[in-house]
This record gives sequence, C-alpha cells and structure tokens, in this order.
Amino acid sequence: MHINWFKYSSPQTFYPLAGKMIPWFYGLAVLFALAGLYVSFALAPTDFQQGEAYRIIFVHVPAAWMSMFIYIVMAGWAAFGLALNARLSAMMAQALAPTGAMFTFLALVTGSLWGKPMWGTWWVWDARLTSELILLFLYLGFIALQSAIDDPRRSDRAGAVLALVGVVNVPIIYFSVKWWNTLHQGSTISMTAAPKMVTIMLLGMLFMALAFWMYSIAVALVRVRCIILERERSTEWVKNLFGEEK
Amino acid sequence: MMHWGSWSAFFSMGGYAFYVWFSFGITAVSLFIEVIALRNRRSEAIRLSRLLAQN
Repeated sequence: MHINWFKYSSPQTFYPLAGKMIPWFYGLAVLFALAGLYVSFALAPTDFQQGEAYRIIFVHVPAAWMSMFIYIVMAGWAAFGLALNARLSAMMAQALAPTGAMFTFLALVTGSLWGKPMWGTWWVWDARLTSELILLFLYLGFIALQSAIDDPRRSDRAGAVLALVGVVNVPIIYFSVKWWNTLHQGSTISMTAAPKMVTIMLLGMLFMALAFWMYSIAVALVRVRCIILERERSTEWVKNLFGEEK
Repeated sequence: MMHWGSWSAFFSMGGYAFYVWFSFGITAVSLFIEVIALRNRRSEAIRLSRLLAQN
C-alpha cells in the first residue's frame, strides 16, 4: 500500500488524523497497563534479596526508559524541524517535552522511594542519579525557552538547538553505571548479554514500558492538536473547521 | 492473588507498603493529572478557535 507521508506533514491534514489515532493509543495503553500490573503484582515472585520492595522496578525502569527514549524522539523531531523548516515537526517536539519531563520526574521519585529502603538514603550524587537529574533540567529548560520566545519560528529554532545539545546527556545516563563506580546498580537488561532476571519479571517490565509508550503517544497527539489550534487559530482552515458549527 | 496468602499480606508488601504504593500511586496520579490538564487545554483551545472563527 502506498501512503503519501508528505500529505500528513501539514498541521491541517495531521490534525484530524491524530484525532482518529488517539483513542487507539489510549486503549492500548490501558490494556498493556492491566497486563503489566497483573504480572507485577500477581505473577512476579518475591525477590530473594529485596523482598517485595523490588516491585518498584515495574514503574521505575519503564519510566526511566521513557525519560531517555522520549528525549531522543523529541530531539529527532526538533532536528527534523530545524533542517527542513517543518512546522509540524517542531510542534511534535514541543508536544513531547512535558510528558518526557514527567517520566523523568517519576524515574527520580520512584528511584528515591526504592533507594531509601535498599541503600538507606533518598539521594546520592552518583553519576546515574545526577545525569538523570540533568535530563529533567534539560526538559524544563526546553519548555521554558520555548515559552519565553513569542515568535514561534524563533522559539522552535532555539528549542531545537537546546534539545540537540542535550542529546549528549542520554548516552551518559545509559552508560553511567559502566563508566563510573555508582551506587546505582548496573543494567538489568543489556542489549548484548542475556538478561540477568527471571523471565516473568522481564515480562512485567516490558508490559509496563509498552503501556507508558502507548500512553505517551496518546498524550503527545492530544497536546500537538492543542498546539496546532493555538498556533494556527487565525488561519483559514481552523476558521472553517470551527466556523461551520454555529 | 497468586502467592499472597491474604489481602492484608498483599497490601503490606512485606513491610515495604509505603515505598511500593507511593511509587505506583504517584505514577498513577501524575498520568491522571496530565490527562486532565490536557483536557482543559484542549477545551480552552477549541473555545478560542471557535470565538475567532465565528466573529
């Protein structure tokens, strides 16, 4: 099947398409969350070292994955918008930032709630925790910078530069547990070695990660539709969309 | 419940109830707040667009 992707690259054609996709992604998010919670609490066994406290992993790790993944996608859209001067790409980057910031915040808070009973402290300035905190500041900086500049084209460009510079932080977060001696444990799942964990625990994390992923797509689409309306309010197509229904 | 003897055992999470339920709770609350905030932003955006289109 041939799809003309360029047709959907304008806010005008993307707006109704996004509207149709949102309920599907919300639905998938709910299904994966139910499966993930069932595995997390009903199927996954008690950890022999950490008891029941380890169950925090089922929100902590997926939230941390999303915090990094969303940043990379956001920077990708920002770069695309910068290179091609594409309005919609810049809007997508803008739509992802608050959700990415939220998952970064959740990774930090749930990590803290896990650190207290296991390490005896809410916070340490080790490389993993510090670089994740920097990620939160990068998201907040991106949001603040974009909202501080009134002209949308200029604010898109400034935001894109910040997002791209900040990308270096993502591999630092990911490899921090290897490069430095951290209190934070090493990767549970490696792309090169067999997972060091029970399959059912892995499945729980996978379902929760998929739930967060689908949720992120859904809310980013809702937000990009808001941004489209806010920015293109005075264009003909928005006026036609809302003018008819008197 | 698969391996929990009782509901109270489930809720107490082997003594880690505060940490486990706070983690899942704050996650659920955050997602809920984001969805509600977006709903408000959307209705405001629609209200303003409609205002502009019909005047």
